[in-house]
Amino acid sequence: MYVYDKHDRQITAERVEQFRDQTRRALAGDLAEDEFLPLRLQNGLYVQRLAPMLRIAVPYGMLRSNQLRRLARITRDYDKGYAHFTTRQNVQLNWPAVADVPDILAELAEVEMHANQTSGNCIRNTTTDQFSGVQADEIADPRPYCEIIRQWSTFHPEFAFLPRKFKVAVNASEHSDRAAIQVHDIGLQLVRNGRGELGFRVHVGGGLGRTPMVGPVIREYLPEKDLLTYLEAVLRVYNRYGRRDNKFKARIKILVKALTPDGFAEKVEAEWAHIKDSPTQLTDEAIAKFQTYFTEPAYEEVPDAADRLATQRFENRAFDQWIANNVDTHKKPGYAIVTLTMKKTGTPPGDVSDRQLEQIADLADEYSFGEARVTHQQNAVLADVRQDRLYELWQLIRPMGFATANLNKLTDVICCPGGDYCSLANAKSIPVAEAIQRKFEDLDYLYDIGDLDLNISGCMNACGHHHVGNIGVLGVDKKGQEFYQISLGGSSHHDAAIGKILGPSFARDDMPEVIKSIIDVYVDNRTREEAFLDTYHRIGIDPFKERVYA
Amino acid sequence: MPEVITADGSIINDDWVVVERPAEGESLDLPDQPALIPADLWLAGKEHYEGRSDVGVWFDSHQEPEILEGVVNELGVIAVNFPKFADGRGYSIARLLRERLGYENELRAIGDVLLDQLQFMKRCGFDRFVLRADKNAGEAVRCLNFFSLGYQAATDTDIPLFRRRAS
Repeated sequence: MYVYDKHDRQITAERVEQFRDQTRRALAGDLAEDEFLPLRLQNGLYVQRLAPMLRIAVPYGMLRSNQLRRLARITRDYDKGYAHFTTRQNVQLNWPAVADVPDILAELAEVEMHANQTSGNCIRNTTTDQFSGVQADEIADPRPYCEIIRQWSTFHPEFAFLPRKFKVAVNASEHSDRAAIQVHDIGLQLVRNGRGELGFRVHVGGGLGRTPMVGPVIREYLPEKDLLTYLEAVLRVYNRYGRRDNKFKARIKILVKALTPDGFAEKVEAEWAHIKDSPTQLTDEAIAKFQTYFTEPAYEEVPDAADRLATQRFENRAFDQWIANNVDTHKKPGYAIVTLTMKKTGTPPGDVSDRQLEQIADLADEYSFGEARVTHQQNAVLADVRQDRLYELWQLIRPMGFATANLNKLTDVICCPGGDYCSLANAKSIPVAEAIQRKFEDLDYLYDIGDLDLNISGCMNACGHHHVGNIGVLGVDKKGQEFYQISLGGSSHHDAAIGKILGPSFARDDMPEVIKSIIDVYVDNRTREEAFLDTYHRIGIDPFKERVYA
Repeated sequence: MPEVITADGSIINDDWVVVERPAEGESLDLPDQPALIPADLWLAGKEHYEGRSDVGVWFDSHQEPEILEGVVNELGVIAVNFPKFADGRGYSIARLLRERLGYENELRAIGDVLLDQLQFMKRCGFDRFVLRADKNAGEAVRCLNFFSLGYQAATDTDIPLFRRRAS
């Protein structure tokens, strides 16, 4: 459970009053639009195509049931009764009125939530693996470190007006990377050195957008105590030398590339030497204190329910498929991690109604110690479910639409809001996702295809992370018509890579058939063990080109 | 006479003027009142300004404060220009002047200085603020004190909140 202390409550309350004051001055005309813009953005408030959009921070994706219920109420009282889970574990409201936002923030503060730095050219909310603290293979729980970074970066007086937005992600798993750290401005991989001490491998300069890049390693091992002083050195170098003359060249990746990773690392080391031993260096006591903000729930000593589960799975094929796809191994015997899939065909990926938010809250209370999590894939997680209650849970969530056994499969699409909602988009993304989902409704066929990331963005800002989809789809505008460009071979995991563009773009109506052709090439060419990416790497892009453009 | 806001939000008046960088080939003319001149020009003609308490310097946001290493406290006033309020380089310049170079005298924010950035500036070591002319200096006290505490160390405190919490 993640909770605030009195200092967090005080700072959050003061923030609400500050934003109330700023909104009042903006509406009264005392703050010009361009002066209010960065202030409201740093409070998560965009002005979008149809209405303002408020992005609410969900640190580490964790939501207590009372927070879920409060969000549900806010969507009813101030919005249209639904919210949207984003690919960075945030929650968005699509239709709030600007004048209401201070009241919404006050309601959020009551349940220890906020919208701090969810947008704007500042350090954004730090993200991590949605399975943190419950998975078996993590080096250490990453959340205390994320919280250390969150507090350091919140209202940091030196870094509130960076050249561009800045995103930090932390991963702790040895075998997987659900936080996509190598495509972040800073990616931190928890590691142990030869002496068994904890530290980080530091990637800087990854990112998507117009110039997608996998972040190079600029330090192989950073002792945990040096985390903040080193981040401060990176940010100071970026704040001073990052480009400010061209918005499209302002991300840190451009600076790292211009200086070369080695040249950039040298500058950081030189800056760091001055501040390494300052009081911002962490202490053992401080790290221990941050660990107490993430307490384990009161697990019961329950036997592993393997036999009983095996029987239930044998007797019920649909349950078996759900377990195989949507349930993950928990570090604690007798428990399991359950992902509630929110990608029911016909619903925009990530959209969640007030009723669903309350259903998730009820499920969290009944099955998972009152806590749920939001994932980068826009699903929800119950992280601590007793294995002997899985069958009962599955029966309960099927009619709710949370049990589609397609996790990490082709139809578990990552998708931005696209041209239906977003003023930046060149093209709609949600109808493309839906058309593809309809084409691949047969679950047996989906399982045969296996794990596959299909990511869709409505423009090159890449909120749908199309560059790192095994199959990526990018909406483009051609003389006022919406077209879609496909890339293949991307990955956001440990083998992070930017996908290669297949060729000329396609009309929307052709997209399901084009995806089908790509899958056919894989199915025709694969060996028994090969996943989509393996086959792609072995045979290259040409066979796909030949089939699709035949 | 321009209004200047102090770190505690009170309003004083002084007559420091900012002398723009002269065009290529032109020489710098000092006015008959306290003047802030480009920092690199002051450094280049330093012996000329020896003992002149009515001469200070200003940095533009792309300049490096490190050029004043070792001589910074010979100056009574240093200003940092914010060409646009969203250009955040001035915050780093201020912290470097204070924390790296040990500057102890007056540090003023000039240029596109608005109300909502005052507390950040103060935390980075500024103690004088020349607000953009259209802004109401009467609101400065409130804006300088939106927050009663901060999480991180900066120029105003070298003890981050985590050290206060742990003890």
